[in-house]
Parts: sequence; structure tokens; C-alpha cells
Amino acid sequence: MDAIEILFTASLWAAAVRIASPLIFATLGELICERAGVLNLGIEGIMTAGAFAGWLTVFLGGDLWFGVLVAALVGAAFGLLHGFLVVPLGLSQHVTGIGITLLAMSLSYYAYRLSFPQVTSPPKIEPFQPWAIPLLSEIPVLGEALFRQTPLTYLAFIAVALVSWLLYRTPAGLAVRTVGENPQAAEAQGVDVTWVRMAAVMFGSALMGIGGSFLTLSAFNSFFFDMINGRGWIAIALVVFGSWRPGKALLGALLFGAFDAYQLRLQQLAGAYVPYQVFLMLPFILSILALIVMSRRAAYPRALMIPYRKGER
Amino acid sequence: MRLEPRADRPLAILIGYPVAAIAASVIFCALLVMLSDVSPFSVLWLIFKGAAGSQFAFLETLTRATPLIFTGLAVAVAFRAKLWNIGAEAQLYAGAVMTVVFGTGFLPLPQPILIPVLMAAAMFGGALMLSVPTFLKTRFGVDEVVTTLLLNFVAVLFVSMLLEGLLKDPMALGWPQSRKVIPEAQLPKLVEGRRLHLGFVIAILAAIMVWFIDRKSALGYEMRAVGHNPKAASFAGIPVNSVLAKTALLSGGLAGLAGMSEVAGLRGNLTLDLSPGFGYTGIVVAMLALLHPMGVIAAAIFVAAVFVGADAMSRSAGVPSYIAHVMVAVSLLSMVTAVMMTRYRMRWR
Repeated sequence: MDAIEILFTASLWAAAVRIASPLIFATLGELICERAGVLNLGIEGIMTAGAFAGWLTVFLGGDLWFGVLVAALVGAAFGLLHGFLVVPLGLSQHVTGIGITLLAMSLSYYAYRLSFPQVTSPPKIEPFQPWAIPLLSEIPVLGEALFRQTPLTYLAFIAVALVSWLLYRTPAGLAVRTVGENPQAAEAQGVDVTWVRMAAVMFGSALMGIGGSFLTLSAFNSFFFDMINGRGWIAIALVVFGSWRPGKALLGALLFGAFDAYQLRLQQLAGAYVPYQVFLMLPFILSILALIVMSRRAAYPRALMIPYRKGER
Repeated sequence: MRLEPRADRPLAILIGYPVAAIAASVIFCALLVMLSDVSPFSVLWLIFKGAAGSQFAFLETLTRATPLIFTGLAVAVAFRAKLWNIGAEAQLYAGAVMTVVFGTGFLPLPQPILIPVLMAAAMFGGALMLSVPTFLKTRFGVDEVVTTLLLNFVAVLFVSMLLEGLLKDPMALGWPQSRKVIPEAQLPKLVEGRRLHLGFVIAILAAIMVWFIDRKSALGYEMRAVGHNPKAASFAGIPVNSVLAKTALLSGGLAGLAGMSEVAGLRGNLTLDLSPGFGYTGIVVAMLALLHPMGVIAAAIFVAAVFVGADAMSRSAGVPSYIAHVMVAVSLLSMVTAVMMTRYRMRWR
């Protein structure tokens, strides 16, 4: 099989959607935080904590969906901490975010080692199985790519629609967008800036937690160290790439997934001639290139990273 | 709840709050330790003993503090100018690669010449590594936080590629590691039979140099001005982009020295586990030091003591050594909160 033929295989596109799924959750989560004016660099750690908490819940006998819920709640809890430190207290969003990542990661690793002191191979769970959607899954290529996935992937697509609807069609979404663009104007309209920002960060962080849990409950069946492996940072790049819009962010995540799936297959094809590390580097380099291309037109939420204190300008 | 600026800042608050922050992180970790049915007091005692209980332990702590002083300084310098360098990890590896390239026999120079040459090469490597995201920031407006973070992953993969290719030690039987640096490239040990090396002294000198630049030079003033308010600095005639570029050279260079000092002073060669996150921990060190170069030395020794002590404690008490990472992360968050509280007063209404 050559490099072009790979593009027409259904398994490539199925893998692309699978790889994109955790990124869709994470990117949506970061997007909501940033739309409300809060950069959340806790994302990498929150995804780790979500991956671990969701997996541990299922390992201890919980239902898979209950695991997803726990991952979301753990994400929201770290979101509450991040939100409290940067919104009412107005601490540096960069430093606090990195601190949240370090804290969430180290707590997950500590809890993992505490629960399993002597394991050599990571304990396994029974993960989500694919659901084939009747009829739709019979469509060639597209059917396998989109309609023979695990339920969490379908949830990711639903989440995109839900977040778009929330952001653009509801008063709550309007409040979030106003608070991120012009908090003074929001305050003048009777919106509680602090409350809206906190709620947005918690909701966004819950999505990040679910994104992390996709890895342990759907993509793999166990938790291991460094499993997020930069996906959180890539999600931050995807938010910029998607111009802070859920639809475009979905497109970005899918493009990224396709690229990543394609490089995995090229690796098998050209692995003898090119070191495998070059392929592993490509997703990160691609993200940087995407940032360079998009940053010219980047329309940052105008109040991003600017703490708001009532009465101050 | 709202915050109002304090009119006066009594000494009790300036000292008391940061101390309370560290105490809070210790208490939080003590509570976590109780989850594993071990007395938190004995754990704390074991950590203390493991970090400072003997000459060996204390020198081990200083050895671990050495790379943290470099990365802490790198972060402090950058953060002062609000250049968000989260890529000290990548810059450290760039410095380490340069050390291996020039230090394994390529340059057959006597020790007093070779070591400064290697330091310069490592600084160049680290500086180059940070210059790319800084250029992207000043030229294209690309946020440096994300690019420096992503470059950490690129750098580690690049090193992995070198260790299995160009820099591979042919005698290492497939294990990905570089050749050892030649004896002339090694940093001398400070104490006979112990691991502490000249890198520690260089780190202290680097801190003094950074303090000097910060306080006594025009560049230091410009860096602080840019960090405080880039628009005002630009209005006052300070070339903001050029100051940011110089900041990147200094910050990246310092992080590069961390890699050189680890390779030439401690490990002898380059492996993929050269840095267990020294770049990220440098952020904690810099924040605990309130971005002050001299404070970085103290903060690095404190953080190193927590890590070294927790390793020793973990071996004897069986509590996972990740508790050290938790303590460091909590102390970062509680310290930035405490510093804010010295400036503002909380009002509940």
C-alpha cells in the first residue's frame, strides 16, 4: 500500500475520529474558559486527573458512565480551584494554570501509586465498546469513520452542538461572551462577572476531565503515567486555530486527528528510512505552524487574561 | 467578597503570609500521608533527615538544587519581562546536546579552556531554543506560552532521535545514551567522594550575575519596564522587541547551562531521563523566590530538599515519593496567593 492509497482506507478515518475525540472535549473546554476571559493552563493536569479518576471509578466497580461523571466532577473541582484563584483573587492566569497542572498531575500519580503500590503492569478495565448506528454505519468509509465509534465519541459531537447552542443561542452564552469581551459592559447590564467566569471555568474544566477519561475508558483500558502527553497543550493551540468557535474547533480537532492517524500509518510505511521520532514530532510542529498561520487573524476575546475588579478600569 | 489594596504592609504580614503558605502546603501533604496509615510526623522527620540529616544528605540536596537554580533563574528572568517561558525543559536539553557535541572529544582542549567553551556552547543552544518562540511572538504575535510548551515535546523527541542516531554511544548495546564527555570536559567535584560539583558554584555566580543585571544595568531596568507595561515602555522609547529578544537570550542561556551542568558535572553523558522536569520545577522555584535572583538559590535548595528527602522517605516509609511533587505544587499555589494577600486586603460583604 502506498502513501496515497492509505487516504482511501476506512480505518484511517475511523482512527482520525477516535484520535480527535479527546481533543474535541478538551478544546471545547478550553474554548469556554477563554471565551469568558480566563486562560486555563491547568488543562494538561485536569485531563490527567479526569483520566485517572474515571478509570479508578470503573476499576472499583463503578459503571462506565458513572466513571465519566466522576471525571467531569473532578475536572470541575480543579476548575473551581483555578477559577477561585484567578477570578476573585485575580492571580496570574499563567502561573496558576501551571500550578493547577502540576497539582492535578502529582495528585493523580500519588493516588495511583498509593492505590497500586506494587503493580508492574497497569491493571485493566472493560472499556466502552463501539456502537454501530443502524443503517448509517453501512455507508462506505464514512459509515465506519463516523458511525462505528464508542459512545463517548458521539458524546463529543453532541457536546460541540450543545456548546454552540449554549454560547450563541442562550442568555447564559451571551453572558459568557460579554464577560470575555467587555466585563464592564456585562456588569452594567447586571451580569455578575465573577460568577459567570467561575461557572464557565468549572464547566470547561469538566469537559477537559471527560476528555481525559476518554483515554482510559474508551481509547485504552488502563491508566499510565504521561498518558495525556501534551494533548492539553495541543487543545490550547486548537482553540486559537479554531478562532474561539466550537464548529471551527471541531474541524481543527478532526484535521489534527486525520493528520495524526496518517503519520502513524506513514511511520509503518517509511519507518525504515526516517527515524520514528520525526513522525512523533509532526503533531507538535503542525500545531506550532497552525498557530503561526492563524495568529495573524486571531481575534482573541478582548478581556482574555485581564482580571476584573468591580469599579476598576 | 472584594479586594482592596493595603495602605501599609507591616513586616509581620510580609514575612508571616509566605511562611503560612509553606506551612499550609506541609499540612496539606501531612493530611495526604495519613491516607496511607503512616504517621505524618515520622514522614516529615524522614524527609528532613533524608534532605539534611547528614553531610551526604545535605550535599545531595545541593547537587539536586544546582539545575533548579539555573532553570529557576531562567524562568525568573523571563517572567520579570512577562516573557512566559514555559520551555526551560527544552532549553535544558538543547544545552545538554551542545555539551555532548563539543565535549566528547571533538574539541581536544585543556580543562580551563574547554569548560568555558562548553558553557558558551550550552548557553548558545538554550538561547537559540527560546529565540524561536520569542521571534514568533514579536514578529507574528504567536503566544509564546503554547509554543514553548509544545517545543518541550519536540526537543525531547529530537534528543531521542539523536541518541539513537548521530550521538549514539556505539558501546552502549542499544541503550539510547550518548558517549561520555572527555575528562577535560568534566566539572570537578567540590568534595572528595561526593557528587556535588563545580556546577553549584557556577549556579551561585549566575544568580549574582542576574541580580547585577537586574539591579545595576540599563537592560535590567528595561526588562522590568517591559514586564510592567509594554505599551508605556514603548512610549518611553524602550525598544520592546529588542529587550524581549535579549531577555530570551539570557533566559534560554541560563536554562542551557542547567543541561551543561548536569551532563558535565553529574551524569557524564546524555540520556532521555537527564531532566525529571527541572524545566517545569524551575517555574515553581522562580515563583517561590518572588522572581528575585538571590531568592532563587534559597527556593531551589528548599524544593531540592523536598525531592531528595521524599526519595529517602519513600524508600524507608513506603509513602509514594510523588508526595514531593504534590507539596511543591501546593506551595506554588499557596505562595502566589500569600503574596497577593500581602498587597490586598479581603473584604467580606
